[in-house]
Amino acid sequence: MDIVYYLVQNTLPVAVALLLVALGGMFSERSGVINIALEGIMLCGAFAGCLFVHFIEKNSLPAQLIFVLGMLVAAVAGLIFSLLLSWAAIHMKADQTIVGTALNMLVPATVLLFSKMFFMSDGVTTNTRFYIREVKGLGDIPVIGKLFFQNTYLSLYIGVVILIIATIVFYKTRFGLRLRACGEHPQAADSVGVNVYTMRYAGVSISGVLGGLGGFFYAVGVMDGNVNGHTGVAGFGFLALAVLIFGQWKPIQILFASLFFAFLRTLAYSTTLIPFLKALNLNQDYYKMLPYVATMVVLAFTSKRSRAPKAEGIPYDKGTR
Amino acid sequence: MDNYIIEMLNITKVFPGIVANDNITLKLRKGEIHALLGENGAGKSTLMSVLFGLYQAEEGEIHKNGKKVEINNPNDANDLGIGMVHQHFKLVDVFTVLENIILGVEPNKMGFIQKKEARKKIMDLSEQYGLKVNPDALIENISVGMQQRVEILKMLYRENEILIFDEPTAVLTPQEIDELIEIMRGFAAEGKSILFITHKLNEIMAVADRCTVLRKGKYVGTVDIKDTTKEELSRMMVGREVNFKVDKSEAKIKEKVLSVKNLSVASEHHKNLAVNNISFDVNAGEIVCIAGIDGNGQTELVSALTGLSKMESGQIILCDTDITKANIRKRSKAGISHVPEDRHKHGLVLDYSLEDNMVLQRYWEPKFQKKGFIKKREVRKYANQLIEKYDVRSGQGPTTIARSMSGGNQQKAILGREIDKEHKLLVAVQPTRGLDVGAIEYIHSQLVASRDSGKAVLLVSLELDEVMNVSDRILVIYEGEIVGELDPKKIDVQELGLYMSGAKRDKSKGE
Repeated sequence: MDIVYYLVQNTLPVAVALLLVALGGMFSERSGVINIALEGIMLCGAFAGCLFVHFIEKNSLPAQLIFVLGMLVAAVAGLIFSLLLSWAAIHMKADQTIVGTALNMLVPATVLLFSKMFFMSDGVTTNTRFYIREVKGLGDIPVIGKLFFQNTYLSLYIGVVILIIATIVFYKTRFGLRLRACGEHPQAADSVGVNVYTMRYAGVSISGVLGGLGGFFYAVGVMDGNVNGHTGVAGFGFLALAVLIFGQWKPIQILFASLFFAFLRTLAYSTTLIPFLKALNLNQDYYKMLPYVATMVVLAFTSKRSRAPKAEGIPYDKGTR
Repeated sequence: MDNYIIEMLNITKVFPGIVANDNITLKLRKGEIHALLGENGAGKSTLMSVLFGLYQAEEGEIHKNGKKVEINNPNDANDLGIGMVHQHFKLVDVFTVLENIILGVEPNKMGFIQKKEARKKIMDLSEQYGLKVNPDALIENISVGMQQRVEILKMLYRENEILIFDEPTAVLTPQEIDELIEIMRGFAAEGKSILFITHKLNEIMAVADRCTVLRKGKYVGTVDIKDTTKEELSRMMVGREVNFKVDKSEAKIKEKVLSVKNLSVASEHHKNLAVNNISFDVNAGEIVCIAGIDGNGQTELVSALTGLSKMESGQIILCDTDITKANIRKRSKAGISHVPEDRHKHGLVLDYSLEDNMVLQRYWEPKFQKKGFIKKREVRKYANQLIEKYDVRSGQGPTTIARSMSGGNQQKAILGREIDKEHKLLVAVQPTRGLDVGAIEYIHSQLVASRDSGKAVLLVSLELDEVMNVSDRILVIYEGEIVGELDPKKIDVQELGLYMSGAKRDKSKGE
């Protein structure tokens, strides 16, 4: 039973990071802009957030307050960085895949340059302990308490709140309806007076905010508060894209997809604790490939029935019939 | 003083390479049905897009109730009470009917959509005007006729009083057209003003009060329908006399070209066979028409003939060669030319230039390539020949992107390409769908010319007039079976209709 608790407790922070980034991707892609740059946005948020924490943690502020402040900085950084994509893809009608790729290359290089210049290292490290041993009161609840309120991070609860808000905004509001229309049939949206450019800017900006948050949550919850320009976010931005596709561009399915991938990753890093897998005596590295191999397999099998937003990737031009 | 609700004065709109609207004036009275008539590419849709705010005119003014107004986007048009049903519906496939209707004017509290409120209003309108819809159905699952009702409800939901219909009947069945005409009359009786773009003269005579005619971007005139005739309208539209009868001599039937034996094709939509054990021949020098109501297996039959899809069983023989298992290029080389049903999907690569489209099936011939490199000069020369020979009009000649051309000219380009290519059998599927009188006349004459030059022509058509006028022999298809072989000279439209609706069938055929 302890193994189960351990796996769940370790899966959730990973899943939250994936979930937020994939939700961000959902807003961007369903508004019609492919966001390959999620990887870059994540790293940008992670670096900005951790850098902020690095400087502020000398003051004796409560750890969770620092976490929230760092999170906000990461969100703003992600937002600003995503504007580069919006501007190129929406305003200048550039090819979205190429812009995204360029942005992805830009961030790790910048992080390295910056870190070498100021810290003489490959990244930035922080020392604050954001880890929550146990949530007072709730941690004592049998089973549930152990699963969700012990050995975790604040990111988990923030992630749940964001998921709920995102789902409601997406399906219940005027904004959500218009955003989705722009990703499916921008001409239709335009003909009823919806400003396609504005909606797409909004979609990409939300992906910037959520991507930045997700990056920070990854740095804190998965990498113990460290960011490194070489390893970056270990392909989590791309994994989030896979989650997005596996989740069919829908929030609740994205939740389950991110849990699936996060669980595989946790499993891969916990093989020594599971007697059966330990007995196989395979090289650890094979297990670590698991989430990435699963991505390929899952996408190969689900892509046939997957239905991307119809107008995704096509710059909107009023003139086309 | 006339009571004009909308006046479009001296509108000029220029696109690269083409003046779409050249100093056009259109005046719409309150409560009238005003038809806007013109050939494809005459500038009707452009003019309406200017009125609806999708395009801005370079010159000219728009007045509403005598006052000058600025319409810079569809929101402005909507605020002035102008609504539009576009030719290609502007509906989001994966949204429900309700979501599509309210998009852009969502009833909301603090940004949260109030679906209940919207539903009530939609159901009230639906009842009041007899526009039956299911508000929770997804657009992709409903018929084209119902999609159009959704578009109309969109305008009513916005309480528009000036309604623009852009070629509303092109996609409808005869029954749906009658319904639509009734609905339009109802709107006019209520004081709404209707602008109705079309090139179907019968409909104008049936429903419109007045008609404005455009030709090649220029204003020709405005006439009262009660003072005019179909012939006069067509003369105004085309600029010359139009021949509604197809000129053709007796068919000189020669050798057998195509022989189809016991052909069966599975359906993509249901478990039954779409084409069920069909056998027929087509001879050189005759036009054989497959007549039937849409969706009775015509599409599948043609796909199997041309190699676009696989057949379940049967045999296809072209001039003594069994092509049952041949792929598309082999069939094309063996002598099948194909004017496809969906010209955008199977006829042209829309984002290629016209010249590249002209050699789509032939770029590999030594005439057009050398060691894998396309001989651009030869291609252009050839494209120019076809453009001239088949009167294909476009903004930039052979370098025009196919997408930017009008439907009629796209079709002429395809027809020219297919006829000009070495062939023995021409398969033409609804070759005149969505085209204007002038283009229809031209295409019919080309089909007859092809026949007279000794080719076999297999025509698939849904239009009764076309079936009766063009063909030498009619095969009626009903639920995937051929239920009658008829001589167009010996039957009338009513009888043909009975066969097409399955009420009558030859004993010798099937069963």
